[in-house]
Amino acid sequence: MSVASLEARAARRRMWRLPIRDSWAVRIALLIVALLAIAAIAAPWIAPYDPDAVDLARRLQGPSLAHWLGTDHLGRDELSRLIYGTRVTLGSVALSIVLILALAIAVGGLSGYMGGRIDQTIMRFCDCFLAFPTIVLALFLIGILGTGMVNVIIAIALSHFAWYARMVRGLVLSFRQRDFVLASRAAGASRVRVFFEHLFPAIMAQMIVLATLDIGHMMLHVAGLSFLGLGVQPPTAEWGVMIGDARPFVWSMPMLILWPGLALLLSVMAFNILGDAVRDRLDPSLHGDHQH
Amino acid sequence: MAGFILRRLLLLIPILLGVSILMFVILRMAPGDPAVAYLKLSSIPPTPSAVAEARQTLGLDRPILAQYVSWLGNAVQGDFGVSHVTRRPVIDDILHYLPATLQLAGAALLFTLIVSVPLGIWSARYKDRWPDQLVRAFAFVGVSTPNFWLGFLLVLLFSLTLKWLPPMGKGGWQHVIMPVLAVSFMSLAINARLLRASMLETASARHVLYARLRGLGDRQVERSHILRNALLPIVTATGMHVGELLGGTLVIESVFGWPGIGRYAVSAIYSRDFPVIQCFTLFLVTIFVVCNLLVDILYAWLDPRIRLNAEAAI
Repeated sequence: MSVASLEARAARRRMWRLPIRDSWAVRIALLIVALLAIAAIAAPWIAPYDPDAVDLARRLQGPSLAHWLGTDHLGRDELSRLIYGTRVTLGSVALSIVLILALAIAVGGLSGYMGGRIDQTIMRFCDCFLAFPTIVLALFLIGILGTGMVNVIIAIALSHFAWYARMVRGLVLSFRQRDFVLASRAAGASRVRVFFEHLFPAIMAQMIVLATLDIGHMMLHVAGLSFLGLGVQPPTAEWGVMIGDARPFVWSMPMLILWPGLALLLSVMAFNILGDAVRDRLDPSLHGDHQH
Repeated sequence: MAGFILRRLLLLIPILLGVSILMFVILRMAPGDPAVAYLKLSSIPPTPSAVAEARQTLGLDRPILAQYVSWLGNAVQGDFGVSHVTRRPVIDDILHYLPATLQLAGAALLFTLIVSVPLGIWSARYKDRWPDQLVRAFAFVGVSTPNFWLGFLLVLLFSLTLKWLPPMGKGGWQHVIMPVLAVSFMSLAINARLLRASMLETASARHVLYARLRGLGDRQVERSHILRNALLPIVTATGMHVGELLGGTLVIESVFGWPGIGRYAVSAIYSRDFPVIQCFTLFLVTIFVVCNLLVDILYAWLDPRIRLNAEAAI
């Protein structure tokens, strides 16, 4: 077996080995993420009620056996809305990340592979995106595109992809001279083939580390925009929307604000722990705080 | 040093030009006709003739490059057009709301630095003992807390339960405490964690070992040999925090009814008032970029390696 495929396989294997035997914090984080995933996928079967079913006779009730977390100002079941909210939050972040990775690998890969003028132009283009604070760029894009979940996904993706594109470019440049790539080229593989067979898996592994570190951050963005009324629109059950909806009742029913916030806090924490663990496992060189 | 500053200042021009071009292109590529949006806001039915007239008024019938050049010419003179909703010059509104936002974001930045540095030092000094555990736990919760939600928690605790602080509005110092706490919580946590890591890393450097071998006391080594080097990453991170704090302020203003640019921008975004959105974004980007320039200069001034390299390069 050639050196090239051995190294590539090792990279691929590292990528899928999840940090299961780490500390208790990582185990709890994994458990939370698993629960979130189950809630998101199986929401219609788990949720006790229809999240959008209005029942004004039962509005603003405290926790009871029928409604474990009570009901909101329209008598909708809070727990069911929380469970369905998982779908929206995780779904929009997941789609944003897919979009970011696609954009970043296309833009950054082209930049790193072509070099010269094209590289310079693309990097200056990315610099313009990087000059924005992420939330300000997201607000601008939503202002142009309009509110709604699809536009939030586009806004989150466009306000983050330049960081990833720059990273991809750097990786392409550093991998280009590595033995496994040179060996493959020497063996007669075409540039395109080398990219997809050898560079792509190695870059993907790094990108997934970065993306995992950013999931929490993006969840906060989605919720924040929705809270402002600029993201996911009511009556969709989304955590930020729920907090926004509950605002007028902060005096009478603070619970309605506490639950979705707590759900958000716990999920962001879980993804942050997981992100740190994945980074430590896959790429010790990335140590230090990644933020923007 | 002067040459370094001048060069960095000149670099601002292409960046801001690039940002404005990017914004202009996105604005024109976006779905929906700005002329129709304009008519909607003016409550004029979008008949074909009205649309044609609006296109002419807004200059949309000219080639995009000509549009950009005339926009830029006006913008350089401080004319960012007229809000489609209020009919007032955009720049007047922005300058009216911006100071309150900058006050809040500035106070939050100050608070972040004043609190996070001692926390980081404390944490590194007592590595793996209870103060360190405490700071790390705090930092860990801090980076995951939604700021707007924290705002509500603070209101619940300090306004509703303890009745110490006013829940909303702008006035005396009592009004500033909760918004500042909510805005700066995350940056504070990140900074404390960063300083801790950076101090522990510097502590194992050879010049620190040498200082200890010379018989200097723990506190003196910490102050003159660890902290001064370990603060450099904090300087860089501060540039990033400016962006986060500005963004956080925009959201928090809505929680505390703070009369800043955030609420103005949100209503403009809601009604798709393009001139306002454009001007607001450009202002915030400019502030962010200028703050990062200041950070770069400060960094170069603090770190002779960078300063001397930059001077050698000229």
